[in-house]
Amino acid sequence: MSTPVELPRWADLFLLPLVNLSIALLAAGVVVYFIGQDPWEVITVLVNGAFGSARGVSYTLYYATSFTCTGLAVAVAFHGGLFNIGGEGQAIMGGLGVGLLALWLSHALPAWIMLPVLLLAATLFGALWAIIPAYLQAYRGSHVVITTIMFNFIAATILIYLVVNWLKVPGSMALESAPFADSALLPRMHVMLAQLGLEWPSSPLNASVLLAVAAAAGTWAFLWRSRAGYQLRVVGASESAARYAGINPRRYIVLAMAVSGALAGLVGMNEISGVSGRLMPDYVAGAGFTGIAVALMGRNHPLGIVFASVLFGALFQGGAEVSFDVPGFTRDMVLTLQGLVVLFSGAMAYVSAPWLARAVAVVLPGVKGTARG
Amino acid sequence: MTNLTWAVRMQGVNKRFGLVQANDNVDLQVADASIHAVVGENGAGKSTLMSILYGMYQADAGRIEVHGQRLDVKSAHDAIAAGIGMVHQHFMLVDTLSVLDNVMLGAEGHLLLNTAAAHARAGLTDLMQRTGLKVNLDALVGDLSVGDRQRLEILKTLFRGARVLILDEPTAVLTPQEAVQLFEVLRRLREQQTTIIIITHKLKEVIALCDDVTVMRSGQVVLRTAVADTCMEDLALAMVGRKVNMGERIDRSDGSSVGDVVLRAEALSWVDSWGVQRLCNVDIELHAGEILGVAGVSGNGQSELLDALSGLLQPDSGYLQVLGDVYQHDHWLTPHRARQIGLMHVPEDRHARALVMPFVAWESAVLGYEDDARFSNGPWMRHNHMKAATQEMMDIFDVRPRNPMLRCNALSGGNQQKLVLAREMSRSPKVLLVGQPTRGVDIGAIEFIHGRIRAMRDAGCAVLLVSSELDEILALSDRILVMSQGAITGRLGAQECDETQLGLLMTAEVTS
Repeated sequence: MSTPVELPRWADLFLLPLVNLSIALLAAGVVVYFIGQDPWEVITVLVNGAFGSARGVSYTLYYATSFTCTGLAVAVAFHGGLFNIGGEGQAIMGGLGVGLLALWLSHALPAWIMLPVLLLAATLFGALWAIIPAYLQAYRGSHVVITTIMFNFIAATILIYLVVNWLKVPGSMALESAPFADSALLPRMHVMLAQLGLEWPSSPLNASVLLAVAAAAGTWAFLWRSRAGYQLRVVGASESAARYAGINPRRYIVLAMAVSGALAGLVGMNEISGVSGRLMPDYVAGAGFTGIAVALMGRNHPLGIVFASVLFGALFQGGAEVSFDVPGFTRDMVLTLQGLVVLFSGAMAYVSAPWLARAVAVVLPGVKGTARG
Repeated sequence: MTNLTWAVRMQGVNKRFGLVQANDNVDLQVADASIHAVVGENGAGKSTLMSILYGMYQADAGRIEVHGQRLDVKSAHDAIAAGIGMVHQHFMLVDTLSVLDNVMLGAEGHLLLNTAAAHARAGLTDLMQRTGLKVNLDALVGDLSVGDRQRLEILKTLFRGARVLILDEPTAVLTPQEAVQLFEVLRRLREQQTTIIIITHKLKEVIALCDDVTVMRSGQVVLRTAVADTCMEDLALAMVGRKVNMGERIDRSDGSSVGDVVLRAEALSWVDSWGVQRLCNVDIELHAGEILGVAGVSGNGQSELLDALSGLLQPDSGYLQVLGDVYQHDHWLTPHRARQIGLMHVPEDRHARALVMPFVAWESAVLGYEDDARFSNGPWMRHNHMKAATQEMMDIFDVRPRNPMLRCNALSGGNQQKLVLAREMSRSPKVLLVGQPTRGVDIGAIEFIHGRIRAMRDAGCAVLLVSSELDEILALSDRILVMSQGAITGRLGAQECDETQLGLLMTAEVTS
């Protein structure tokens, strides 16, 4: 029986996230102040580290690439009425697919065949890892939240098992496979820019960033322009309406998760084919979970997710600089900062909405709010 | 209104929800020991007003007096303490507890449960004796009939010391006989100095039962009068602000006879997952150019019948012949096929089924037809065509506001229903299944919707109408089926039946 919050659409989409972000930074500033650091110095170092140099920007975008993929994965599942917490595991499987195919074929195939094959492997492995929980939910009633969490552990364990027992270079101490041949490596951004005659510092940023942007555009087109996307959203919004319309909800639960898993699997392209050039454990490093926060903050819209993942990329990159540059400011503090952003921008996104609505109504009388469902 | 003591006086009540002024300077005066009706269309503000009196909302401005005492209700708790009780349309009962436990819940009154139960039992027995509200105290609420549950709800509020009783649409779920019983109880309560406020839109009941009436329209009181000084037509006029056709029969305009049988179902039976026989050997013949009304108290198999005939539910046994297709139980009609052959379905529950509430109107307006060549091109949707089609539907069916970009949940109930009807009717169906076409729809829209359904019949469409509103069945149907406990208990021509007879058939016991 709560009174609906009414905000003009532009305020809902832009003003509210901005206000939430400011609150988060303010809260973070208070925490920083209490541990005896200068909040202003920390934020300066953070922003400079993330955006102040070409190298910083490159790292920010490199992190953002993975977050965009996992964020999109969460969003597609969300529009299908599902909460996919398995982005982490699906990303691991995507990377595993890339690694296995690259180890097997990269010495035989040229890049122009190898890279598309790897892309296919990343998406298929990721999709497959999501289809199993989806099938179990749709046809057997096991809740996808539980199963995807479990599948995260299983995926991580499979990866370690394979690397340790089968793929590790014999005699080497390092937990990693043999390097791939060059044909299996996505070009780095600074190499591509150099070919265009632009000088750019070396960084892990690679062609996957373009893949991520394409994935965002593709996700938008799929959800809001295609018939399958329409039907998927109907299932997500109301299963009973879907059944009435002759749409089989089970099939679309599986489809939503398959697309979701495929998007998460793209992380494997960024990390394995784009950066490491070999298979090793821990390359996802929480990107699957960060994707949940990114999707929350980006309102499950591809454009919002792109912005949100740049923000989170900046927090990662800038945070790393802060822990390096500011004495006494540890990695844990950076995590605290990220946690506050997730808390205020994601989990409590609408807490400040009623105040903001009132403020907007006072400042701009006559602006008509649109009721939100 | 010669009585000078007021049980309830509300003065200058204002309540705003966002941009909507739900109550605009409303005055309500209810005489002590009277039955007072608050009537109005959906969204007129009557429920808001009562929720303010009962403490569920707080008024932005205004003054409330109960039995002469200034009252500052901050919660339902305050209202109950002041002797106000409310029976909601949807009962607030725990199915798995006994009647006695339900009454005691939240009003135990003693530290030891056994002692409290003994007190409550004694008090309730006395109360039942006085009021004539008889319910078996030891029965499980889950086993009670709807009428019994309502009696229990009234008992509950009286047990808590209510002297002012608010009833929200009390007869919506009752058979005509149960409604008559309820009225008797209410009259007896009035004799015993209880004040009763009824929120309703059934004007017939206002005339039959009430002493005074307050009519609301768009948040304001437009009429306040003794029932003796008014009539149904005047009340309807006040409610809607214009003259309405009060559900009189309008027979087929061209006087032509009915056409061939287009839908024949035989021996449909279905048992749900709880083991309840929802459909029991149902036979139906539906002709082109007729409206076949299915009457019955909600929950007696009408919903399942609609689902079976539209392909949403595959019965356990039975045979269906529709527009040339033949279906038996393993090979049943699908919703998709139904649309292909021209069998359209306006479902009972438009929020859960007919519309996707968070979608914009133009997206919901193609639901079920999204693979139509007009709306999709290969795997892609054709948004321009969808918007244009929605605009067209809104124009023809007078959906207000006429804006396809609005979200479905921003439309009022009547306009949502018009949009659904537009979607299904604009495809010139050969068979149209309609469930509760005017549930939660205001009077003005009811008239329009009835006109559209008649127009479909006149155009040769076979219409199956399921409604729990007897007036609606009587006003529209050419033939009437009555369902009770999943079986058909009566088949009548529209001219040869009256409400009493229908009511008896609606409650007929079925021996299977």
